[in-house]
Amino acid sequence: MPEPLISARGLTKKYGDFTAVDTIDFDVDKGESFGLLGPNGAGKSTTMRIIAATSQRSSGTISILGRDPEEHGPQIRAHLGVVPQQDNLDGELTVSENLFIYGRYFGLSKKFIRNKIEELLDFAQLQDKRDAKVEALSGGMKRRLTIARALVSEPDILMLDEPTTGLDPQARHILWDRLFRLKETGVTLVITTHFMDEAEQLCDRLVVMDKGRIMAEGSPLELIKQYSTKEVLEVRFGSDRNKEVAPILREMCSRIEELPDRILMYVEDGEALLEAITAKKLHPTTSLVRRSSLEDVFLRLTGRSLIE
Amino acid sequence: MKSAVEIAEERANRWGHQLYAGRARAILERAFIALRSSTWVPIATGFIEPVLYLLAFGYGMGELIGNVDSGRGTVDYAVFIAPGLLATSAMNGAIYDSTWNVFFKLNESKLYKGMLATPLGPLDVALGEITWALLRGLSYAIAFLAITAPLGLVPGISAILAIPAAVFIAFGFASFGMAITSYFKTYQQMGMINIVLLPMFLFSGSLYPISVYPDWLEFLIQLFPSWHGIELVRDLWFGYWDAGTLMHLGYFCVMIVSGLYFTTRRLRNLFMR
Repeated sequence: MPEPLISARGLTKKYGDFTAVDTIDFDVDKGESFGLLGPNGAGKSTTMRIIAATSQRSSGTISILGRDPEEHGPQIRAHLGVVPQQDNLDGELTVSENLFIYGRYFGLSKKFIRNKIEELLDFAQLQDKRDAKVEALSGGMKRRLTIARALVSEPDILMLDEPTTGLDPQARHILWDRLFRLKETGVTLVITTHFMDEAEQLCDRLVVMDKGRIMAEGSPLELIKQYSTKEVLEVRFGSDRNKEVAPILREMCSRIEELPDRILMYVEDGEALLEAITAKKLHPTTSLVRRSSLEDVFLRLTGRSLIE
Repeated sequence: MKSAVEIAEERANRWGHQLYAGRARAILERAFIALRSSTWVPIATGFIEPVLYLLAFGYGMGELIGNVDSGRGTVDYAVFIAPGLLATSAMNGAIYDSTWNVFFKLNESKLYKGMLATPLGPLDVALGEITWALLRGLSYAIAFLAITAPLGLVPGISAILAIPAAVFIAFGFASFGMAITSYFKTYQQMGMINIVLLPMFLFSGSLYPISVYPDWLEFLIQLFPSWHGIELVRDLWFGYWDAGTLMHLGYFCVMIVSGLYFTTRRLRNLFMR
């Protein structure tokens, strides 16, 4: 077994009395796409910052490429490409100047960076914006530039903190496509997200975090298998009747979740259950049979929705 | 060609490698690139201001005042204030870059946060930004000397030493200015800097010798860096050295070292803890 690229044991970060990250263990293997899934405030970004050697743990151990970030911060950061949650591009510079100077921060030669810029502008689909100021870019373009910038040093690990938050659906899909391509080249991705679809799309393996702790770990499919059923039936009876009908539905299915606006029923065969409900003359105003998702896993693990 | 990792590994066993990657020049390089597209108005203002003071006071008021005792011989009033204004312009240049510009990069554009996510250390950022600020001070000083020399306000060749002195002063102000700014969080706090600066410059002896003050006020003014800067430049301007000159130099040494220390420490605490 090769040593994992990142390995954390009992990792804890406290800010005063508040415990942001609470004794978590995880490993990330080379070439893997690893996700930290959880709501805002779950401790994902703090974990990211500790990995990125820009925040110091309070206790526990962490090694990145076999090294302790507290001893070898600059050496570890030389292996990483960091895409922060909020873009911090250099607004005084153009697109290509942003790439250039970031490479210079790593000490790379001008010649190397100039060649690299062409490759990165192609990758980020920003060739025609190369001389534009950063402010002139759309949100999706800024994100792609931030990712391109993180790649200028040819990192082994790309750290993406909420990469598509705030982007429109089209921009998200372009970005996912770019990240897929990166993954194919062997770059290890570490991604935080509170979007289930994103985690399912991008992550080979993920940990579900809540309140600083890891609730579960596995591939998206494994997690769904372990913590949910194959299908989910969503029914709505209107906010008044939901309460009235719930006890009857509970009899029909081993697990149901009552949400404010709808009832989720966890079964292997959603259509069959819906027929049974209709047979009881409990006509829901709307119904939907869908595959289980990580959202359901999270609901099961924490009793709460991811996005509130 | 060396990779980012090889470059970082070269320093892995050096003392202080977590604080300094030996690349403050990358920060300077960024400043030069940004300068190409920045507006020249604030830069020109900082340069013109002391020239206007020189014209208004040196030649306007100077007509009424005549000669003054500089403490280094009696001279024409314009000659007396010229070195004071040179020192002031170097300080202003350094302060402009190390306060408001730093505040913006720290709190608005989050530029330092981005820089410190790379192998750069806080001392690289501090040194780079401070050096940039002192370069502005230096350019103001050179421009000012170039204007005053043909006007016959420069008493001798030794006045050329006022240039390195101006750099020294600018270094002190830039590193101290950046240190203070790094602790400020709001625009209101930043506004306080302006409230302190204007009287400090007006009353620190650039326009008249502080011997006109009562003893307690004279003593108070002598605590401020602006007085030390003005006196240092004035000493060199007139080719005059004594223990006081060394004391002024020492004052700025302390300012530079403590400013660098607190800036580095603060950046590390803000972005790497």
